[in-house]
Amino acid sequence: MESYDIVIIGGGPAGLAAAVSAKRSGISSILILERDKELGGILNQCIHNGFGLHTFKEELTGPEYAQRFIDQVEELGIGYRLNTMVMEISREKVITAVNREEGLFEIRAKAVILAMGCRERSRGALNIPGYRPAGIYSAGTAQRLVNMEGLMPGREVVILGSGDIGLIMARRMTLEGAKVKVVAELMPYSGGLKRNIVQCLDDYGIPLKLSHTVVDIKGKERVEGVTLAEVDQSGKPIPGTEEEYPCDTLLLSVGLIPENELSNGMGVEMNSATSGPVVNESLETNIEGVFACGNVLHVHDLVDFVSEEAAAAGKNAASYVKGELRAESARTIRLVPAEGVRYTVPSTIDPDRMDETLTVRFRVGAVYKNCFVSAYFDDERVLRRKRQIVAPGEMEEIRLVKEQILKYSGLKAITVKIEEA
Amino acid sequence: MDIRNLTCISCPMGCQITVEMNGSEVVRVSGNTCKRGEVYARKEVTDPTRIVTTTVRVAGGKADMVSVKTRSDIPKGKMSDCVKALKDIAVEAPVHIGDVIMSDVAGTGVDIIATKNVSKI
Ligand SMILES: Cc1cc2nc3c(=O)[nH]c(=O)nc-3n(C[C@H](O)[C@H](O)[C@H](O)COP(=O)(O)OP(=O)(O)OC[C@H]3O[C@@H](n4cnc5c(N)ncnc54)[C@H](O)[C@@H]3O)c2cc1C
Ligand code: SF4
Repeated sequence: MESYDIVIIGGGPAGLAAAVSAKRSGISSILILERDKELGGILNQCIHNGFGLHTFKEELTGPEYAQRFIDQVEELGIGYRLNTMVMEISREKVITAVNREEGLFEIRAKAVILAMGCRERSRGALNIPGYRPAGIYSAGTAQRLVNMEGLMPGREVVILGSGDIGLIMARRMTLEGAKVKVVAELMPYSGGLKRNIVQCLDDYGIPLKLSHTVVDIKGKERVEGVTLAEVDQSGKPIPGTEEEYPCDTLLLSVGLIPENELSNGMGVEMNSATSGPVVNESLETNIEGVFACGNVLHVHDLVDFVSEEAAAAGKNAASYVKGELRAESARTIRLVPAEGVRYTVPSTIDPDRMDETLTVRFRVGAVYKNCFVSAYFDDERVLRRKRQIVAPGEMEEIRLVKEQILKYSGLKAITVKIEEA
Repeated sequence: MDIRNLTCISCPMGCQITVEMNGSEVVRVSGNTCKRGEVYARKEVTDPTRIVTTTVRVAGGKADMVSVKTRSDIPKGKMSDCVKALKDIAVEAPVHIGDVIMSDVAGTGVDIIATKNVSKI
Protein backbone atom coordinates (compact mmCIF):
# COMPACT_ATOMS: atom_id res chain seq x y z
CA MET A 1 0.00 0.00 0.00
CA GLU A 2 1.16 3.52 -0.80
CA SER A 3 2.00 5.50 2.27
CA TYR A 4 2.67 9.12 3.22
CA ASP A 5 3.57 10.94 6.39
CA ILE A 6 0.69 13.39 6.03
CA VAL A 7 -2.38 13.08 3.83
CA ILE A 8 -4.62 16.14 3.52
CA ILE A 9 -8.26 15.67 2.57
CA GLY A 10 -9.39 18.67 0.50
CA GLY A 11 -7.40 21.17 -1.60
CA GLY A 12 -9.19 24.40 -0.64
CA PRO A 13 -7.46 27.23 1.22
CA ALA A 14 -7.35 25.16 4.41
CA GLY A 15 -5.76 22.11 2.77
CA LEU A 16 -3.26 24.25 0.86
CA ALA A 17 -2.13 26.29 3.88
CA ALA A 18 -1.86 23.13 6.00
CA ALA A 19 0.31 21.48 3.32
CA VAL A 20 2.62 24.49 2.98
CA SER A 21 3.08 24.74 6.73
CA ALA A 22 3.70 21.00 7.20
CA LYS A 23 6.31 21.09 4.47
CA ARG A 24 8.03 24.13 6.00
CA SER A 25 8.03 22.27 9.31
CA GLY A 26 10.25 19.64 7.75
CA ILE A 27 7.92 16.95 6.39
CA SER A 28 8.42 16.07 2.74
CA SER A 29 6.07 13.13 2.33
CA ILE A 30 2.77 14.99 1.92
CA LEU A 31 -0.19 14.31 -0.37
CA ILE A 32 -3.30 16.46 -0.96
CA LEU A 33 -6.42 14.70 -2.26
CA GLU A 34 -9.00 16.92 -4.01
CA ARG A 35 -12.23 15.77 -5.63
CA ASP A 36 -12.55 18.82 -7.91
CA LYS A 37 -10.64 19.34 -11.16
CA GLU A 38 -8.54 22.12 -9.66
CA LEU A 39 -7.09 23.24 -6.34
CA GLY A 40 -8.51 26.28 -4.53
CA GLY A 41 -11.85 25.03 -3.21
CA ILE A 42 -14.77 27.39 -2.87
CA LEU A 43 -12.52 30.39 -3.64
CA ASN A 44 -12.60 29.52 -7.35
CA GLN A 45 -16.20 30.65 -7.56
CA CYS A 46 -15.82 33.67 -5.24
CA ILE A 47 -14.72 36.14 -7.91
CA HIS A 48 -15.51 39.21 -5.78
CA ASN A 49 -12.75 41.00 -3.91
CA GLY A 50 -12.22 41.32 -0.19
CA PHE A 51 -9.94 38.36 0.49
CA GLY A 52 -6.56 38.51 2.10
CA LEU A 53 -6.63 41.89 3.86
CA HIS A 54 -5.05 40.34 6.96
CA THR A 55 -2.64 37.97 5.24
CA PHE A 56 -1.40 40.02 2.27
CA LYS A 57 -2.49 43.55 3.31
CA GLU A 58 -4.28 43.95 0.01
CA GLU A 59 -7.72 43.10 -1.24
CA LEU A 60 -7.66 40.11 -3.53
CA THR A 61 -10.40 38.20 -5.32
CA GLY A 62 -11.00 34.56 -4.34
CA PRO A 63 -9.12 33.03 -7.30
CA GLU A 64 -6.12 35.35 -6.75
CA TYR A 65 -5.94 34.45 -3.07
CA ALA A 66 -6.12 30.74 -3.89
CA GLN A 67 -3.42 31.07 -6.54
CA ARG A 68 -0.93 32.52 -4.04
CA PHE A 69 -1.18 29.30 -2.02
CA ILE A 70 -1.30 27.05 -5.09
CA ASP A 71 1.96 28.68 -6.23
CA GLN A 72 3.57 27.87 -2.87
CA VAL A 73 2.38 24.26 -3.09
CA GLU A 74 3.92 23.98 -6.57
CA GLU A 75 7.17 25.69 -5.57
CA LEU A 76 7.58 23.42 -2.58
CA GLY A 77 6.90 20.39 -4.75
CA ILE A 78 4.02 19.15 -2.63
CA GLY A 79 2.12 16.31 -4.30
CA TYR A 80 -1.60 16.44 -5.00
CA ARG A 81 -4.15 14.39 -6.87
CA LEU A 82 -7.16 16.07 -8.51
CA ASN A 83 -10.50 14.51 -9.48
CA THR A 84 -9.91 12.22 -6.52
CA MET A 85 -12.74 11.66 -4.10
CA VAL A 86 -12.00 10.33 -0.63
CA MET A 87 -14.63 7.75 0.26
CA GLU A 88 -13.57 6.57 3.66
CA ILE A 89 -10.90 6.92 6.32
CA SER A 90 -10.35 4.24 8.91
CA ARG A 91 -9.35 4.82 12.52
CA GLU A 92 -5.98 3.30 11.58
CA LYS A 93 -5.63 6.16 9.04
CA VAL A 94 -6.04 4.09 5.92
CA ILE A 95 -7.68 6.30 3.30
CA THR A 96 -9.89 4.85 0.58
CA ALA A 97 -10.22 7.11 -2.46
CA VAL A 98 -11.37 6.83 -6.05
CA ASN A 99 -10.41 8.45 -9.35
CA ARG A 100 -10.61 7.60 -13.06
CA GLU A 101 -6.99 6.56 -13.55
CA GLU A 102 -6.54 4.38 -10.49
CA GLY A 103 -10.08 3.34 -9.67
CA LEU A 104 -10.51 2.56 -5.98
CA PHE A 105 -7.25 2.69 -4.04
CA GLU A 106 -5.91 2.84 -0.50
CA ILE A 107 -3.27 5.03 1.09
CA ARG A 108 -1.79 4.74 4.55
CA ALA A 109 -1.02 7.96 6.45
CA LYS A 110 0.85 8.65 9.67
CA ALA A 111 -1.22 11.79 10.15
CA VAL A 112 -4.41 12.98 8.46
CA ILE A 113 -5.58 16.59 8.12
CA LEU A 114 -9.30 16.99 7.53
CA ALA A 115 -9.93 20.05 5.29
CA MET A 116 -13.14 19.18 3.44
CA GLY A 117 -14.80 22.60 3.86
CA CYS A 118 -18.54 22.99 4.15
CA ARG A 119 -21.63 22.78 2.02
CA GLU A 120 -24.83 24.78 1.89
CA ARG A 121 -27.86 23.83 3.91
CA SER A 122 -30.45 22.48 1.52
CA ARG A 123 -34.01 23.59 1.10
CA GLY A 124 -35.17 20.26 2.49
CA ALA A 125 -34.25 21.69 5.86
CA LEU A 126 -36.43 24.72 5.20
CA ASN A 127 -39.98 23.53 5.48
CA ILE A 128 -41.46 25.66 2.73
CA PRO A 129 -44.80 24.12 1.79
CA GLY A 130 -46.10 23.62 -1.75
CA TYR A 131 -44.67 22.29 -5.00
CA ARG A 132 -41.00 22.10 -5.85
CA PRO A 133 -40.90 23.93 -9.18
CA ALA A 134 -37.74 24.66 -11.17
CA GLY A 135 -36.03 27.94 -10.39
CA ILE A 136 -35.03 27.28 -6.78
CA TYR A 137 -31.28 27.29 -6.26
CA SER A 138 -28.93 27.54 -3.37
CA ALA A 139 -26.97 30.79 -3.59
CA GLY A 140 -23.71 28.88 -3.97
CA THR A 141 -25.06 26.85 -6.88
CA ALA A 142 -26.17 30.07 -8.57
CA GLN A 143 -22.70 31.50 -7.92
CA ARG A 144 -21.11 28.53 -9.60
CA LEU A 145 -23.46 28.76 -12.60
CA VAL A 146 -22.92 32.48 -13.16
CA ASN A 147 -19.21 32.73 -12.39
CA MET A 148 -17.83 29.46 -13.71
CA GLU A 149 -20.24 28.47 -16.45
CA GLY A 150 -21.52 31.87 -17.55
CA LEU A 151 -25.18 30.89 -17.12
CA MET A 152 -27.87 33.04 -15.54
CA PRO A 153 -30.35 31.08 -13.40
CA GLY A 154 -33.15 33.64 -13.95
CA ARG A 155 -34.20 37.25 -14.44
CA GLU A 156 -36.44 38.16 -11.50
CA VAL A 157 -35.04 37.05 -8.21
CA VAL A 158 -36.05 36.78 -4.56
CA ILE A 159 -33.42 35.72 -2.05
CA LEU A 160 -34.20 33.99 1.23
CA GLY A 161 -31.47 34.37 3.82
CA SER A 162 -28.99 37.20 4.18
CA GLY A 163 -25.82 35.15 4.46
CA ASP A 164 -22.82 36.51 2.58
CA ILE A 165 -23.24 34.28 -0.46
CA GLY A 166 -26.81 35.50 -0.93
CA LEU A 167 -25.72 39.13 -0.61
CA ILE A 168 -22.84 38.69 -3.03
CA MET A 169 -25.19 37.02 -5.51
CA ALA A 170 -27.74 39.83 -5.21
CA ARG A 171 -25.08 42.22 -6.54
CA ARG A 172 -23.70 39.79 -9.08
CA MET A 173 -27.07 39.03 -10.66
CA THR A 174 -28.08 42.71 -10.64
CA LEU A 175 -24.90 43.62 -12.52
CA GLU A 176 -25.64 40.81 -14.98
CA GLY A 177 -29.01 42.41 -15.71
CA ALA A 178 -31.39 40.56 -13.38
CA LYS A 179 -33.86 42.31 -11.09
CA VAL A 180 -33.36 41.30 -7.47
CA LYS A 181 -36.58 42.28 -5.76
CA VAL A 182 -35.96 41.61 -2.11
CA VAL A 183 -33.82 39.72 0.40
CA ALA A 184 -35.79 38.19 3.26
CA GLU A 185 -34.10 37.22 6.54
CA LEU A 186 -35.80 35.13 9.21
CA MET A 187 -33.70 36.55 12.03
CA PRO A 188 -33.98 40.13 13.33
CA TYR A 189 -30.37 40.71 12.18
CA SER A 190 -28.39 39.73 9.11
CA GLY A 191 -25.82 36.96 9.25
CA GLY A 192 -23.83 38.71 6.55
CA LEU A 193 -20.96 41.16 6.84
CA LYS A 194 -22.04 44.82 7.08
CA ARG A 195 -19.90 45.75 4.17
CA ASN A 196 -21.74 43.24 1.99
CA ILE A 197 -25.12 44.66 3.03
CA VAL A 198 -24.01 48.15 2.03
CA GLN A 199 -22.14 47.28 -1.15
CA CYS A 200 -24.41 44.49 -2.41
CA LEU A 201 -27.88 45.67 -1.37
CA ASP A 202 -27.90 49.39 -0.47
CA ASP A 203 -25.82 50.26 -3.56
CA TYR A 204 -28.60 48.87 -5.77
CA GLY A 205 -31.60 49.82 -3.67
CA ILE A 206 -32.42 46.17 -2.91
CA PRO A 207 -34.58 46.00 0.24
CA LEU A 208 -33.57 43.73 3.14
CA LYS A 209 -36.57 42.54 5.13
CA LEU A 210 -35.51 41.32 8.55
CA SER A 211 -37.80 38.96 10.52
CA HIS A 212 -39.40 37.78 7.27
CA THR A 213 -39.64 34.39 5.64
CA VAL A 214 -41.07 32.66 2.57
CA VAL A 215 -44.45 31.13 3.37
CA ASP A 216 -45.50 30.08 -0.13
CA ILE A 217 -43.98 29.40 -3.54
CA LYS A 218 -46.21 29.89 -6.59
CA GLY A 219 -45.88 27.93 -9.82
CA LYS A 220 -45.82 24.24 -10.68
CA GLU A 221 -43.25 23.84 -13.46
CA ARG A 222 -41.23 26.98 -12.82
CA VAL A 223 -41.32 29.45 -9.94
CA GLU A 224 -43.84 32.23 -10.70
CA GLY A 225 -43.70 34.07 -7.42
CA VAL A 226 -43.16 33.79 -3.69
CA THR A 227 -45.10 35.03 -0.70
CA LEU A 228 -43.21 36.60 2.18
CA ALA A 229 -44.58 37.17 5.66
CA GLU A 230 -43.25 38.79 8.79
CA VAL A 231 -42.43 36.43 11.65
CA ASP A 232 -42.91 36.88 15.38
CA GLN A 233 -40.22 36.39 18.01
CA SER A 234 -40.54 32.62 17.88
CA GLY A 235 -40.11 32.65 14.11
CA LYS A 236 -43.79 31.96 13.31
CA PRO A 237 -45.38 33.85 10.38
CA ILE A 238 -47.79 36.60 11.49
CA PRO A 239 -51.15 36.28 9.65
CA GLY A 240 -52.10 39.33 7.63
CA THR A 241 -48.49 40.37 6.86
CA GLU A 242 -48.21 38.39 3.62
CA GLU A 243 -46.81 40.13 0.54
CA GLU A 244 -46.48 38.60 -2.92
CA TYR A 245 -43.44 38.99 -5.13
CA PRO A 246 -43.66 37.79 -8.75
CA CYS A 247 -40.31 36.19 -9.70
CA ASP A 248 -38.84 33.30 -11.71
CA THR A 249 -36.02 32.45 -9.31
CA LEU A 250 -35.68 31.89 -5.57
CA LEU A 251 -32.17 31.75 -4.15
CA LEU A 252 -31.61 30.18 -0.75
CA SER A 253 -28.77 31.47 1.37
CA VAL A 254 -29.67 29.83 4.63
CA GLY A 255 -26.34 28.86 6.01
CA LEU A 256 -23.41 26.53 5.67
CA ILE A 257 -22.74 23.27 7.39
CA PRO A 258 -19.35 21.56 7.75
CA GLU A 259 -18.92 18.54 5.50
CA ASN A 260 -18.21 15.80 8.03
CA GLU A 261 -19.43 12.50 6.59
CA LEU A 262 -15.84 11.25 6.49
CA SER A 263 -15.13 12.41 10.03
CA ASN A 264 -18.29 10.76 11.32
CA GLY A 265 -17.45 7.58 9.46
CA MET A 266 -14.09 7.28 11.20
CA GLY A 267 -15.54 7.95 14.63
CA VAL A 268 -14.37 11.53 15.18
CA GLU A 269 -16.20 13.10 18.10
CA MET A 270 -18.38 16.02 16.99
CA ASN A 271 -19.36 19.35 18.54
CA SER A 272 -23.09 19.97 18.17
CA ALA A 273 -22.66 23.77 18.19
CA THR A 274 -20.23 23.86 15.24
CA SER A 275 -21.22 20.60 13.48
CA GLY A 276 -17.46 20.11 13.27
CA PRO A 277 -15.01 17.93 15.18
CA VAL A 278 -14.15 18.55 18.82
CA VAL A 279 -10.46 19.50 18.86
CA ASN A 280 -7.75 20.20 21.41
CA GLU A 281 -5.16 23.00 21.42
CA SER A 282 -3.29 21.25 18.57
CA LEU A 283 -6.46 21.13 16.44
CA GLU A 284 -6.27 17.38 16.88
CA THR A 285 -9.50 15.38 17.09
CA ASN A 286 -10.20 12.60 19.58
CA ILE A 287 -8.34 10.28 17.19
CA GLU A 288 -4.61 10.71 17.71
CA GLY A 289 -2.85 12.08 14.62
CA VAL A 290 -6.07 13.26 12.96
CA PHE A 291 -6.30 17.07 12.70
CA ALA A 292 -8.99 19.41 11.34
CA CYS A 293 -8.98 23.00 10.05
CA GLY A 294 -10.96 25.47 7.97
CA ASN A 295 -14.66 25.25 7.30
CA VAL A 296 -14.85 21.56 8.13
CA LEU A 297 -13.94 22.48 11.70
CA HIS A 298 -16.24 25.51 12.01
CA VAL A 299 -17.66 27.86 9.39
CA HIS A 300 -15.39 30.88 8.81
CA ASP A 301 -16.29 34.17 7.14
CA LEU A 302 -12.75 35.35 6.48
CA VAL A 303 -10.40 33.14 4.54
CA ASP A 304 -7.39 34.75 6.25
CA PHE A 305 -8.35 33.03 9.49
CA VAL A 306 -8.82 29.76 7.61
CA SER A 307 -5.24 30.00 6.37
CA GLU A 308 -3.95 30.90 9.83
CA GLU A 309 -5.78 28.02 11.50
CA ALA A 310 -4.73 25.58 8.79
CA ALA A 311 -1.08 26.59 9.12
CA ALA A 312 -1.29 25.69 12.81
CA ALA A 313 -2.85 22.31 11.96
CA GLY A 314 -0.11 21.63 9.42
CA LYS A 315 2.64 22.46 11.87
CA ASN A 316 1.08 20.33 14.60
CA ALA A 317 0.64 17.37 12.23
CA ALA A 318 4.33 17.70 11.34
CA SER A 319 5.29 17.65 15.03
CA TYR A 320 3.15 14.58 15.50
CA VAL A 321 4.86 12.74 12.64
CA LYS A 322 8.28 13.71 14.02
CA GLY A 323 7.26 12.39 17.42
CA GLU A 324 7.57 15.83 18.97
CA LEU A 325 3.94 16.21 19.95
CA ARG A 326 3.79 14.68 23.39
CA ALA A 327 1.03 12.30 24.30
CA GLU A 328 -1.80 14.17 25.93
CA SER A 329 -1.19 14.45 29.63
CA ALA A 330 -3.89 13.87 32.15
CA ARG A 331 -3.94 17.60 32.67
CA THR A 332 -6.47 18.94 30.24
CA ILE A 333 -8.23 22.22 30.78
CA ARG A 334 -11.73 22.51 29.38
CA LEU A 335 -12.74 25.61 27.43
CA VAL A 336 -16.33 26.43 28.31
CA PRO A 337 -18.51 28.71 26.19
CA ALA A 338 -21.01 30.57 28.40
CA GLU A 339 -23.35 33.58 28.45
CA GLY A 340 -23.65 34.65 24.85
CA VAL A 341 -20.78 32.55 23.50
CA ARG A 342 -22.02 29.63 21.36
CA TYR A 343 -18.83 27.66 21.03
CA THR A 344 -15.07 27.85 21.23
CA VAL A 345 -12.43 26.21 19.03
CA PRO A 346 -10.52 24.45 20.51
CA SER A 347 -12.56 22.73 23.24
CA THR A 348 -9.67 21.64 25.45
CA ILE A 349 -6.12 22.74 26.18
CA ASP A 350 -3.22 20.62 27.35
CA PRO A 351 -0.89 23.32 28.72
CA ASP A 352 2.19 21.15 28.19
CA ARG A 353 1.44 20.90 24.48
CA MET A 354 0.33 24.44 23.76
CA ASP A 355 2.45 27.11 22.04
CA GLU A 356 3.47 30.29 23.86
CA THR A 357 0.15 31.80 22.80
CA LEU A 358 -3.01 30.15 21.55
CA THR A 359 -5.78 31.78 19.52
CA VAL A 360 -9.22 30.71 20.66
CA ARG A 361 -11.92 31.45 18.10
CA PHE A 362 -15.60 31.66 18.95
CA ARG A 363 -18.97 32.95 17.86
CA VAL A 364 -21.65 34.75 19.82
CA GLY A 365 -25.34 33.90 19.67
CA ALA A 366 -26.79 37.41 19.35
CA VAL A 367 -25.78 41.04 18.77
CA TYR A 368 -24.29 42.74 21.87
CA LYS A 369 -23.30 46.40 21.98
CA ASN A 370 -20.87 48.01 24.43
CA CYS A 371 -20.01 44.73 26.04
CA PHE A 372 -16.96 42.92 27.35
CA VAL A 373 -15.44 39.69 26.13
CA SER A 374 -14.19 37.98 29.27
CA ALA A 375 -12.23 34.87 30.11
CA TYR A 376 -12.33 33.26 33.55
CA PHE A 377 -9.71 30.85 34.87
CA ASP A 378 -12.00 28.74 37.04
CA ASP A 379 -13.76 31.51 39.04
CA GLU A 380 -11.25 34.28 38.51
CA ARG A 381 -11.59 36.76 35.69
CA VAL A 382 -8.20 37.13 33.98
CA LEU A 383 -9.14 38.80 30.73
CA ARG A 384 -11.72 41.46 29.95
CA ARG A 385 -11.81 43.30 26.66
CA LYS A 386 -14.22 46.08 25.81
CA ARG A 387 -16.04 45.68 22.50
CA GLN A 388 -18.31 48.23 20.87
CA ILE A 389 -20.16 45.45 19.12
CA VAL A 390 -20.07 41.70 18.65
CA ALA A 391 -22.39 39.90 16.25
CA PRO A 392 -23.11 36.30 15.21
CA GLY A 393 -21.94 37.01 11.66
CA GLU A 394 -18.38 37.88 12.67
CA MET A 395 -16.05 35.38 14.28
CA GLU A 396 -14.32 36.56 17.44
CA GLU A 397 -11.05 35.53 19.02
CA ILE A 398 -9.07 35.82 22.23
CA ARG A 399 -5.45 34.90 22.87
CA LEU A 400 -4.39 32.78 25.78
CA VAL A 401 -0.83 32.94 27.05
CA LYS A 402 0.87 29.74 28.17
CA GLU A 403 2.87 31.39 30.91
CA GLN A 404 -0.28 32.75 32.46
CA ILE A 405 -2.02 29.38 32.31
CA LEU A 406 0.94 27.59 33.89
CA LYS A 407 0.75 29.94 36.88
CA TYR A 408 -2.66 28.52 37.76
CA SER A 409 -1.86 25.04 38.92
CA GLY A 410 -4.89 22.86 39.19
CA LEU A 411 -6.80 24.97 36.65
CA LYS A 412 -9.78 22.97 35.40
CA ALA A 413 -11.80 25.23 33.14
CA ILE A 414 -11.45 28.45 31.17
CA THR A 415 -14.82 30.06 30.59
CA VAL A 416 -15.34 32.54 27.76
CA LYS A 417 -18.38 34.81 28.05
CA ILE A 418 -19.92 38.10 27.00
CA GLU A 419 -20.60 40.52 29.83
CA GLU A 420 -22.87 43.47 29.26
CA ALA A 421 -21.71 46.81 30.57
CA MET B 1 -31.14 70.88 1.64
CA ASP B 2 -30.62 67.22 0.70
CA ILE B 3 -30.37 64.48 3.32
CA ARG B 4 -28.41 61.29 2.62
CA ASN B 5 -28.51 58.31 4.98
CA LEU B 6 -25.54 55.93 4.94
CA THR B 7 -24.21 52.98 6.89
CA CYS B 8 -20.51 53.32 7.68
CA ILE B 9 -18.58 50.19 6.70
CA SER B 10 -15.24 51.20 8.15
CA CYS B 11 -15.74 48.95 11.18
CA PRO B 12 -18.34 46.38 12.36
CA MET B 13 -20.24 49.02 14.41
CA GLY B 14 -22.01 50.05 11.23
CA CYS B 15 -23.05 53.52 12.44
CA GLN B 16 -26.00 55.09 10.66
CA ILE B 17 -24.65 58.38 9.32
CA THR B 18 -26.74 61.31 8.11
CA VAL B 19 -25.20 63.77 5.67
CA GLU B 20 -26.83 67.12 4.97
CA MET B 21 -25.97 68.39 1.51
CA ASN B 22 -26.40 71.72 -0.19
CA GLY B 23 -26.14 70.78 -3.84
CA SER B 24 -22.81 68.96 -4.06
CA GLU B 25 -21.49 70.55 -0.87
CA VAL B 26 -21.47 68.69 2.45
CA VAL B 27 -22.99 70.87 5.15
CA ARG B 28 -23.13 68.53 8.13
CA VAL B 29 -22.24 64.93 8.98
CA SER B 30 -23.89 63.34 12.02
CA GLY B 31 -24.44 59.91 13.53
CA ASN B 32 -20.82 58.79 13.18
CA THR B 33 -19.03 57.62 16.31
CA CYS B 34 -15.54 58.49 15.11
CA LYS B 35 -13.64 60.50 12.54
CA ARG B 36 -13.29 57.56 10.15
CA GLY B 37 -17.04 57.62 9.70
CA GLU B 38 -16.99 61.23 8.58
CA VAL B 39 -14.19 60.56 6.08
CA TYR B 40 -16.13 57.60 4.70
CA ALA B 41 -19.39 59.55 4.44
CA ARG B 42 -17.80 62.55 2.71
CA LYS B 43 -16.23 60.33 0.08
CA GLU B 44 -19.43 58.33 -0.40
CA VAL B 45 -21.58 61.37 -1.09
CA THR B 46 -19.10 63.26 -3.25
CA ASP B 47 -17.03 60.63 -5.06
CA PRO B 48 -18.22 57.06 -4.45
CA THR B 49 -15.97 54.45 -6.10
CA ARG B 50 -15.88 50.65 -6.24
CA ILE B 51 -13.76 47.79 -7.55
CA VAL B 52 -15.84 45.85 -10.09
CA THR B 53 -15.44 42.09 -10.50
CA THR B 54 -17.07 40.03 -13.22
CA THR B 55 -16.29 37.28 -15.74
CA VAL B 56 -15.32 37.14 -19.41
CA ARG B 57 -15.67 34.26 -21.86
CA VAL B 58 -12.55 32.32 -22.83
CA ALA B 59 -11.98 30.60 -26.16
CA GLY B 60 -9.89 27.43 -26.29
CA GLY B 61 -9.24 27.27 -22.55
CA LYS B 62 -9.60 24.62 -19.87
CA ALA B 63 -12.38 26.75 -18.37
CA ASP B 64 -15.20 28.57 -20.16
CA MET B 65 -14.93 31.75 -18.12
CA VAL B 66 -12.14 33.79 -16.58
CA SER B 67 -12.74 36.07 -13.62
CA VAL B 68 -11.60 39.69 -13.98
CA LYS B 69 -11.53 42.95 -12.00
CA THR B 70 -10.90 46.65 -12.47
CA ARG B 71 -7.25 47.34 -11.60
CA SER B 72 -8.40 50.13 -9.27
CA ASP B 73 -11.64 51.74 -8.11
CA ILE B 74 -13.95 53.22 -10.71
CA PRO B 75 -16.83 55.66 -10.14
CA LYS B 76 -19.85 53.84 -8.74
CA GLY B 77 -22.05 55.20 -11.53
CA LYS B 78 -19.88 53.46 -14.14
CA MET B 79 -20.25 49.95 -12.72
CA SER B 80 -22.99 48.67 -14.98
CA ASP B 81 -21.40 50.22 -18.10
CA CYS B 82 -18.24 48.39 -17.15
CA VAL B 83 -19.98 45.02 -16.84
CA LYS B 84 -21.85 45.64 -20.11
CA ALA B 85 -18.65 46.44 -21.98
CA LEU B 86 -17.29 43.02 -21.02
CA LYS B 87 -20.40 41.02 -21.77
CA ASP B 88 -19.87 40.18 -25.40
CA ILE B 89 -16.12 39.88 -25.64
CA ALA B 90 -14.08 36.69 -25.51
CA VAL B 91 -10.38 36.21 -24.85
CA GLU B 92 -8.05 33.53 -26.19
CA ALA B 93 -6.47 31.08 -23.74
CA PRO B 94 -3.98 31.04 -22.11
CA VAL B 95 -4.82 33.79 -19.65
CA HIS B 96 -2.67 34.69 -16.63
CA ILE B 97 -3.47 36.59 -13.48
CA GLY B 98 -2.74 40.28 -14.14
CA ASP B 99 -3.14 40.10 -17.97
CA VAL B 100 -4.93 43.18 -19.32
CA ILE B 101 -8.24 42.00 -20.75
CA MET B 102 -9.48 45.45 -21.76
CA SER B 103 -7.84 48.82 -21.36
CA ASP B 104 -9.72 51.98 -20.37
CA VAL B 105 -13.03 50.25 -19.64
CA ALA B 106 -16.13 52.41 -20.24
CA GLY B 107 -14.06 55.58 -20.47
CA THR B 108 -12.83 55.34 -16.89
CA GLY B 109 -9.15 55.20 -17.75
CA VAL B 110 -8.94 51.98 -15.71
CA ASP B 111 -7.86 48.59 -17.09
CA ILE B 112 -9.65 45.28 -16.65
CA ILE B 113 -7.23 42.55 -15.55
CA ALA B 114 -7.59 38.79 -15.20
CA THR B 115 -7.79 37.33 -11.67
CA LYS B 116 -7.40 33.67 -12.62
CA ASN B 117 -5.08 31.54 -14.71
CA VAL B 118 -6.76 29.63 -17.53
CA SER B 119 -4.48 27.33 -19.53
CA LYS B 120 -4.99 26.13 -23.10
CA ILE B 121 -6.82 22.88 -23.71
C1 LIG C 1 -19.77 32.26 -1.28
C2 LIG C 1 -18.69 32.54 -0.31
C3 LIG C 1 -18.21 33.84 -0.20
C4 LIG C 1 -17.13 34.12 0.64
N1 LIG C 1 -16.65 35.41 0.67
C5 LIG C 1 -15.52 35.68 1.41
C6 LIG C 1 -14.90 37.00 1.38
O1 LIG C 1 -15.40 37.93 0.74
N2 LIG C 1 -13.77 37.20 2.09
C7 LIG C 1 -13.20 36.18 2.80
O2 LIG C 1 -12.15 36.37 3.41
N3 LIG C 1 -13.79 34.94 2.87
C8 LIG C 1 -14.93 34.66 2.20
N4 LIG C 1 -15.50 33.40 2.24
C9 LIG C 1 -14.95 32.41 3.17
C10 LIG C 1 -13.80 31.54 2.64
O3 LIG C 1 -13.83 31.50 1.25
C11 LIG C 1 -13.97 30.16 3.16
O4 LIG C 1 -14.03 30.25 4.54
C12 LIG C 1 -12.80 29.24 2.73
O5 LIG C 1 -12.85 29.02 1.35
C13 LIG C 1 -12.86 27.92 3.44
O6 LIG C 1 -11.77 27.11 3.06
P1 LIG C 1 -11.74 25.53 3.23
O7 LIG C 1 -10.49 25.07 2.61
O8 LIG C 1 -12.02 25.19 4.63
O9 LIG C 1 -13.00 24.99 2.41
P2 LIG C 1 -13.29 24.90 0.83
O10 LIG C 1 -12.82 26.11 0.12
O11 LIG C 1 -14.72 24.54 0.72
O12 LIG C 1 -12.39 23.67 0.36
C14 LIG C 1 -12.68 22.32 0.69
C15 LIG C 1 -12.17 21.43 -0.41
O13 LIG C 1 -12.28 20.06 -0.02
C16 LIG C 1 -12.70 19.30 -1.12
N5 LIG C 1 -13.35 18.08 -0.63
C17 LIG C 1 -14.45 17.97 0.19
N6 LIG C 1 -14.74 16.68 0.42
C18 LIG C 1 -13.82 15.93 -0.24
C19 LIG C 1 -13.61 14.52 -0.39
N7 LIG C 1 -14.42 13.63 0.19
N8 LIG C 1 -12.57 14.11 -1.15
C20 LIG C 1 -11.74 15.03 -1.75
N9 LIG C 1 -11.90 16.36 -1.64
C21 LIG C 1 -12.92 16.81 -0.90
C22 LIG C 1 -13.66 20.23 -1.84
O14 LIG C 1 -13.83 19.87 -3.19
C23 LIG C 1 -12.96 21.58 -1.70
O15 LIG C 1 -12.09 21.87 -2.74
C24 LIG C 1 -16.59 33.09 1.43
C25 LIG C 1 -17.11 31.80 1.36
C26 LIG C 1 -18.16 31.51 0.52
C27 LIG C 1 -18.71 30.10 0.49
S1 SF4 D 1 -18.28 55.89 12.35
FE1 SF4 D 1 -16.47 55.01 13.33
S2 SF4 D 1 -17.36 53.63 14.87
FE2 SF4 D 1 -19.00 54.10 13.45
S3 SF4 D 1 -18.94 52.40 11.93
FE3 SF4 D 1 -17.70 54.10 11.12
S4 SF4 D 1 -15.61 53.61 11.76
FE4 SF4 D 1 -17.00 52.38 13.04
